[in-house]
Amino acid sequence: MEVKELICINCPMGCPLTVTIDGDSLSVTGNTCPRGADYARKEILSPTRIVTSSVRVNGGTIARVSVKTRSDIPKGKIFDVMKEIRAAQLEAPVEMGDVVIADCAGTGVDVIATKSVGRA
Amino acid sequence: MRYHDIVIVGGGPAGLAAAAAARKAGISDLLILERDNVLGGILNQCIHNGFGLHTFNEELTGPEYAARYIAQVEEEKIPYRLNTIVADITHDRQVTYINREEGLVTIRAGAVILAMGCRERPRGALNTPGYRPAGIYSAGTAQRLMNIEGYLVGREAVILGSGDIGLIMARRMTLEGAKVKAVAEIMPYSGGLKRNIVQCLDDYGIPLKLSHTVVQIHGKDRLTGVTIAEVDADKNPVPGTEEYYSCDTLLLSVGLIPENELSKGAGISLNRVTSGPNVNDRLETEAEGIYACGNVLHVHDLVDFVSQEAALAGENAAEYVKRKKSPEAAAKPARRIPLSAENGVRYTVPQFLEADGMRDTVTVRFRVADVYKDRYISVYYDEKRIMRKKKKVLAPGEMEQVTLTRKSLEEHPQTERITIRTEVE
Repeated sequence: MEVKELICINCPMGCPLTVTIDGDSLSVTGNTCPRGADYARKEILSPTRIVTSSVRVNGGTIARVSVKTRSDIPKGKIFDVMKEIRAAQLEAPVEMGDVVIADCAGTGVDVIATKSVGRA
Repeated sequence: MRYHDIVIVGGGPAGLAAAAAARKAGISDLLILERDNVLGGILNQCIHNGFGLHTFNEELTGPEYAARYIAQVEEEKIPYRLNTIVADITHDRQVTYINREEGLVTIRAGAVILAMGCRERPRGALNTPGYRPAGIYSAGTAQRLMNIEGYLVGREAVILGSGDIGLIMARRMTLEGAKVKAVAEIMPYSGGLKRNIVQCLDDYGIPLKLSHTVVQIHGKDRLTGVTIAEVDADKNPVPGTEEYYSCDTLLLSVGLIPENELSKGAGISLNRVTSGPNVNDRLETEAEGIYACGNVLHVHDLVDFVSQEAALAGENAAEYVKRKKSPEAAAKPARRIPLSAENGVRYTVPQFLEADGMRDTVTVRFRVADVYKDRYISVYYDEKRIMRKKKKVLAPGEMEQVTLTRKSLEEHPQTERITIRTEVE
């Protein structure tokens, strides 16, 4: 039996979680909501993160548009996703929710704009 | 002189939520004054996720969270002025502002809501020795340069202070290809949220050096490095522990200060601990009809709580304006009960309760003075303990709250003082 201490990162509460791993079964305590139990399970079996960054916009009212992966991606893929985000460029206008990169770095997850940038 | 029912100073998360709530409470004559060229305040540059879980039950980035409130303001056609600086507010609610279109204008307000937010503690407040080379930024300035203006502020960075913006920037710079060598924190605990230590530092192997500070800044034109040393219990550097880090960038994340020059100008006294105005349970300052909410009142860690607090300020300001207009304008509630913070509780907001006009419930927010494990948070009416709740961990970086009910206060009508304290037993 193995016991691991984690801190839930789903929201800023940061609940201290205790995960008990016993063979194939996994139990979680210390969470105050169901998200905590899901997070602990995932964090042990296959950790994921949402990646947020910004992409260059040409001809916009500001120079960068903020972006995020639409859902979480495997932690090990963060820098592959960043490589594509850093290479991307957009032309203004950009609408919040626009797909900036479809299926980023083979994760199956789109990178989308999180703000609107009008034309300068 | 032009008149508006409610004038809101600041169009960030607090100002937007206050405006939306005041409109919902039936006030149509509102005006938001914002000094930036867009609404949304600091959320525009907080492009990371984690906002809105309490408010919208989903995880949003800063700009997306702001967009929800901006949409409400636009839909409700609440008037706002951008690129507009408020120069002065008087005790009797005259507001003077300046912008390019109107010049210098003074208006009268039925009620004023202070929502100016806070600013970062600058390098000058730290007394760090050395030259003043380029490459030293407050974390929020670096955040703006990277996320809005599109500059990479440096390639090798050290961060002094473990406030949330510093932690977020450690990750942000790492993702953009910079090397963040260390985060030094003078206190024996982090000032930021636990989740940010996990996902911004631990995820990327960035060391957090607690009880360490920068003792020397190297470089004349551009920063070339910093010396970090361990500090003792009195926060004095321990000789022999100095370590040199070469870097071209130093970010400072050493605290936020509510921006209250306008409040002071209105003759409103500030709380020594929060640096924000003292307020009653309606979030009304000492100046009648002037309310405060968000980071200008006390620095929050979650925008969701800013929005909640600001909505309450908006509702109360609306109620005040309506009451003033009604013929049988009620006198101000008379019975005022002070709230005091003791034994590990640093402050409370509100600082006073107006017992006669109290709502059904009042949320009291506060921070603790140190990291505590397995302690109770207790509420006393005079000498009598009314409630307590056990907390596994309490930390200064995380705001806490308790809820007082009118019912329980009515059961103790003689109460002269409410005390909030931590207790081991």
